[in-house]
Amino acid sequence: MKPLLALSALTAALFLASLLIGYSPIPLGTALAALFGAGDPLNAMVMQDIRLPRALLAALVGAALGMSGAAMQGFLRNPLAEPGLIGVSASAALGAVLALQTGLAAAYALALPLTALAFAFGAVLLVVLLAGPRGASLTLILAGIAISALAGALTSLTLNLSPNPYAASEIIFWMMGSVADRSMSHVWLAAPLILGGLGLLLTLRGGLDALTLGEDAAHSLGVSLGSIRTRLLIGSAAAIGAATAVTGAVGFVGLVVPHILRPLVGHMPSRLLPASALGGAAMLLAADIATRLILPERDLKLGVLMAIVGAPLFLHLIYKTRREIG
Amino acid sequence: MFVAVASFVRAETPVRVVSVNVCTDQLLQLLAQPAQIASLSPLARDPRSSKLAQEAGAYPQNDGKAESIALQEPDLIVTGLYTAKATTEMLRSLGHRVEIFPPAYSLDEARDAIARMGGLLGPEAQSRADSLLAAFDSRLEALKATPGPRPRVAFYYALGNTAGSKSLAGDMMAAAGLTNIAIELNRPYGGALPLEQLILTDPDLILTGQPYDAPARATDLLDHPVLKATGTLREIKSGASWLCGTPFVLDAVEELVTLRLDWSARQ
Repeated sequence: MKPLLALSALTAALFLASLLIGYSPIPLGTALAALFGAGDPLNAMVMQDIRLPRALLAALVGAALGMSGAAMQGFLRNPLAEPGLIGVSASAALGAVLALQTGLAAAYALALPLTALAFAFGAVLLVVLLAGPRGASLTLILAGIAISALAGALTSLTLNLSPNPYAASEIIFWMMGSVADRSMSHVWLAAPLILGGLGLLLTLRGGLDALTLGEDAAHSLGVSLGSIRTRLLIGSAAAIGAATAVTGAVGFVGLVVPHILRPLVGHMPSRLLPASALGGAAMLLAADIATRLILPERDLKLGVLMAIVGAPLFLHLIYKTRREIG
Repeated sequence: MFVAVASFVRAETPVRVVSVNVCTDQLLQLLAQPAQIASLSPLARDPRSSKLAQEAGAYPQNDGKAESIALQEPDLIVTGLYTAKATTEMLRSLGHRVEIFPPAYSLDEARDAIARMGGLLGPEAQSRADSLLAAFDSRLEALKATPGPRPRVAFYYALGNTAGSKSLAGDMMAAAGLTNIAIELNRPYGGALPLEQLILTDPDLILTGQPYDAPARATDLLDHPVLKATGTLREIKSGASWLCGTPFVLDAVEELVTLRLDWSARQ
């Protein structure tokens, strides 16, 4: 349990740092008081309505991506399964863009995360069916490329057709992700679905542990592959769909975090799932702090930082599994 | 000799003018003889971009592409500095006369653009420009002379950008008696202003443009609950007047003066 405690402490520290580091310097004591509504109402407004939703979303979205990555990798028994790489995030982004541009999201706020969820579900289903229970790397990556390319192209097309001239400029947001200037309403929209999805994924712990012994052994232990698959599909689609609907597609979190944490938790999926949620939250909080420290006035996208960290690791993993890919 | 000069002037007066930019569209509509206008840009009929969108319906529209413009055999093409540079170069290399109007960054530059367009279009347009400018100057004087306190104002638009003091919008704000917060933030050229910095600067008024029909994250920022909570948010209705250095900028200045008087009445 030690790694979990350490990760919780790290996440909590980064959450606090995310609240205290901003574009405008607010002294530590003033900022903490303002967080609870005391002191200058302007500071309270900045802390409660600008910085708090930003930090909450970074933590929630990081947890969603981290745990979904760990769960997919556990089920497919393939370290390359990651929501961004297999096209789930891109599909969720397409769903969100369609809900926004058709006006569905304006008429019915929940339509935004739910449409993203439906598209994410379709993508996970497609990948799981194509890759099969053994999760062959080649199929996984090729299917991911195809789904990402198609979803990305349709997102661009939809935004290019919008009568709002600024819509096309947000293609980069949907592909790279950002938690800048999101409000509490985005948190309320995404949090229930993300937390529900994470809760469902946590029920997979025992099943995924059994699955490490092989399908037959798992079956003889009374684990139903079909039930695991259904819960994985719904849980990860809910978490990734809702996360992507409000922050865009942030890649590589689900790849990097389980990879780093796996040796620390003794390669047990049951312990990797909660650890990856905390690790993902910590990683995204750190990345978001970095966007504000490196280029404060450029709205640097989270996906840029994650790709700089994640892409070399991805190459390393491909190198390690290249024999299987052939 | 007199006859020679007259024919010289006639030869210099263009008879088929094509505009490829929404700002030169409006200057052309204001100053040219209707028969002189061969075609206007695709944005000329867009009420969000042009103050003369309705009137533009009377003229042919071009598609902004070198091929179709060359086929219209214009003897003068007017365009903006940032409008499809490749198109401009192509038309020049085909031997056409292209006059480029850079965007106006101040009210003075807007005046200059009006005078220059008048000069290009012949003597009648020239005298029309002169009377437009005289009316412009006296209206601007009257607007500048409106008394009352000067609130601290942020002009906040899509992508979290703010108008700098050294821009047309900044000049218009100054003429309307508003103090641009870009000056105290030391941002003469504006640019992206993080929301929390805007809030902490605590402006008396925050001005935003009118929302579009379709959503975009760039413009959704203006719906952020924090902006509404400040109670200082005002929506600018005269959007198209802000885009170009035309006499219509004074409509926008007048709207700003009205906003200022309304604000001071509430104090």
